Parts: sequence; structure tokens; C-alpha cells
Amino acid sequence: MTFDWDLVAKAVPLLGTGLLTTVKICSLAMLLGLALGGLLGLAALSRSRLLRWTVMAYVDFIRGTPLLIQIFLVYFALPVVGLNLPEFWAGVLALGLNAAGFIAEIVRSGVGAVEKGQAEAARSIGMRHHQILWFVLLPQSLRTVVPPATNELITLVKGSALLSVISVYELTRAGQAIIAVHFAPFEIFLLIALYYYLTISVLAWFSRWLERRLPVW
Amino acid sequence: MTSTLSASLVLQARGLGKRFGDRQVLHDASLQVAEGETVVIIGPSGSGKTTLLRCLNWLETPDTGSVLLRGEAIGRHAAGHALPEAVLAAQRARFGFVFQRFNLFAHLSALDNVALGPQRVLGLRADAARERARAELARVHLAAHIDKRPSQLSGGQQQRVAIARALAMQPELILFDEPTSALDPELVTEVVDVMAELAGAGMTLVAVTHEMRFARSAADRVVFIDEGRVVEEGPPAQVFDAPQHERTRRFLAHLRH
Repeated sequence: MTFDWDLVAKAVPLLGTGLLTTVKICSLAMLLGLALGGLLGLAALSRSRLLRWTVMAYVDFIRGTPLLIQIFLVYFALPVVGLNLPEFWAGVLALGLNAAGFIAEIVRSGVGAVEKGQAEAARSIGMRHHQILWFVLLPQSLRTVVPPATNELITLVKGSALLSVISVYELTRAGQAIIAVHFAPFEIFLLIALYYYLTISVLAWFSRWLERRLPVW
Repeated sequence: MTSTLSASLVLQARGLGKRFGDRQVLHDASLQVAEGETVVIIGPSGSGKTTLLRCLNWLETPDTGSVLLRGEAIGRHAAGHALPEAVLAAQRARFGFVFQRFNLFAHLSALDNVALGPQRVLGLRADAARERARAELARVHLAAHIDKRPSQLSGGQQQRVAIARALAMQPELILFDEPTSALDPELVTEVVDVMAELAGAGMTLVAVTHEMRFARSAADRVVFIDEGRVVEEGPPAQVFDAPQHERTRRFLAHLRH
């Protein structure tokens, strides 16, 4: 078996276009996932039982169904209720909603792991439930929340490969297109793997940097 | 509830009962605290003294009984249903509470630990809250340590920050839950001295403590609790030197060993 270096050279910029789309979709989905996940995580800690149950049901659904099916649901089922999203935005929405479920659970458990005496002390000086969450528990949970949240964002980037099935022209789809024409699956998939690996390495590096910057006490 | 008697009383707890699982920790415990009084609660471990203290500011919800702060029912209406969270929070702000394990906010400096309540609960402006925090920290002799995090302070210093945090809320009384029992022996004095200063300054204090020196010199009244009941109470000289009950005598004998 020979390794087709010429094809690799041609594929590098083509896959670069795909990677750009992957990065765009993932960045937007991360923003959505972090924002919505943070909100849901706080809602899971609220005093309202209805809110807590709603979040629990949502997290349960996201955890209990495959990402691929969630992507199909957003892409094929939303048009039925009149919401017709282009593939790109369907992809952002599906990945973001998926990440939000996991981030919510990470925030909830991170805040819940803060030592009980902290909330008690805050209660003893008359702070309200939401103030305790915001001023005492959330800041102290950041350090425990960042590593698992990064893991979740890494999972999101890898999950974005599944968007190829709804024909989003992202990294994997771009590679498949090249393979369809030149039939060199080994070279191209290896190259795709390298692209993902480097993207995720940047993310992992950023997470470690962030973790170092967070205060220790 | 504003009879002449309760008007001179800061705190009036009646018939407090609390059960954890199948263990009845408090039975019908009652306690009255007058303005400016220092009350020391003593009793064997597991006697319910900490639970009693925590029921006073509703950190623990008693199953039965009531707590009146200057005649106002804490935690629930006379009819028995719970007060709204905002009301309860505002009531708790009128108590100071000092924990055995300090429970300082780990992510905040000493100054911010003390300023947080005045700013977020009392609604002071940030600079006014910090000004007040600085003054309270000076009062517990920690002016030189205001920028340190709890982890950079000794146990005795942490407990004094915790006292300053309680004082900064200008509470109507302060509850101390074994404030020196998590401290190394050589650090006990600095905390006890601050407590004695507060008692001397006319602050109303209720302290669960085994510091007999403090109890003898600063307490107006000593309350002995055993098995969730108030067994006897009186001036320190009476309870310590001429206890009326056999259980009190046995406990004191243990303590002196």
C-alpha cells in the first residue's frame, strides 16, 4: 500500500475549509451550551420544585438518548412544528442543547460539593438562597467545575463529526467528499483525525491554563 | 406578644423539640435571654446543646415549640406554617452565629468575609460595608490581617474574623457554638478574651462552651442540658459550686478531671 502524498497536499486546504465550519459551529454551540447549561444548573439548585424537576427531566432526556438521534430530532422534527433551521444552525442547536444538559449536571454537582458550612454561615448572616448561590457557592465551585466542563466541550467537538449526517459541510463531511472522489480513505481519515486532535489539544491546553489561573484557597 | 416581661427579654424559646431519625435530641427545651445577658450552655456531648442553639436562629427547624425574638415569632407563624424565605432570612440577620469550625467564606479575604453581609443583606454601599468591616476587624484585634484569606490565618484568627463577621451585622444577640473546641489550646485565650470583651461591653451572648474560666467570669447564667432537657440553670457560682441535680454534679466532676 502506498501513501498518496499528493492527495494529502491537495486535501489539506480543503479540509481546512471543513475545519473552519467545525470551529464555527462548535464555538457557537459551546456558548449556547455553557450559557444554557449554567442557567439550568442554577435552576436545578433553585427552591422551586417545578424548576428542579423540569431540569432533571431535561438532563435525563439528554443523557438517555444518543446525540445522533438528538441531531435528527432537531433537524427533521423541528420543521414539523414549523421551525425550519438550515443545517448549520440545526447543528449548533443540537450540539448546544446536548452540552447544556451535561453542563447543567456538572454545575449542579459542583455547587452541591461545596462544604455545607459555607451555605450555613451565609444563612446565619441573613443571606437569601439566591445570594448564597451567587456570592458563596458558585465562586467556590468554579475550580471543581472547570475540568469536567472542559471534558464536555471536548466531547462536543468530537460529537460535531456526527453533523456530517445532516450534510453540514464540516471537517468529517469535507473529508468524506474527498474520499468519494479519490477513494483514499486511509490518508484522508488519518488527516481528519490529526485535525480533530490538534483542535482538541488547543482546547485542553486552554483548560489547563484556565485551571492554573483560578485561585486556590 | 409585648407584655412587659417579654419586652425586656431579647429571646424567648419555649418547648423546643427536635428529632433526628429515631433520636429525640431535644425535649421541651426552654430558654430566656434578657438584654445584655451572657448565658452559657453546658452539657455532655450529644446532650442537644448545639441543636438547641441552632434552633434559636432556625438553622435547624424545631419540630415543636417556638422562638420569639423581642416578641416576634421566628421561622413560623403561630398557626404553625413556615414564614417566607425572605422573612426568615431577615430574621436570621438579627442573630449573630459563630460556628465551631469558623465556616469563613473560603474564597474571600478577611475583609470581604466581614463586609459581605452588610453589603448584600443590609444594603450598605460597598465602601461603607468595607469601612464597617475594617472597624469590626480592628475590634477583634485583626487590623493587620484584613487582606488575608482564611487559609492564611490561624484558627484563633479565623474565629475572630468569624466573630467580626457576626458583629458587622449589628445583631441583637450572638450565638456561639463551641467556638474554641476546634482550636489548639494556645489559641483559645485570644478567642475567649474577645468574647469576654463583648460580654463586658453589654452585648447579649448565648454560648455553648466548655471554657469554665469564661463561664465563671463572664456568664450571668449557666444552663445545664442533658438528654435534650434543661436540667438546671442559675448563676455560675450556684451551678458550678452548689449544683442541685445529681446529673449536673456528675457532669461537672467529669469536666474537672
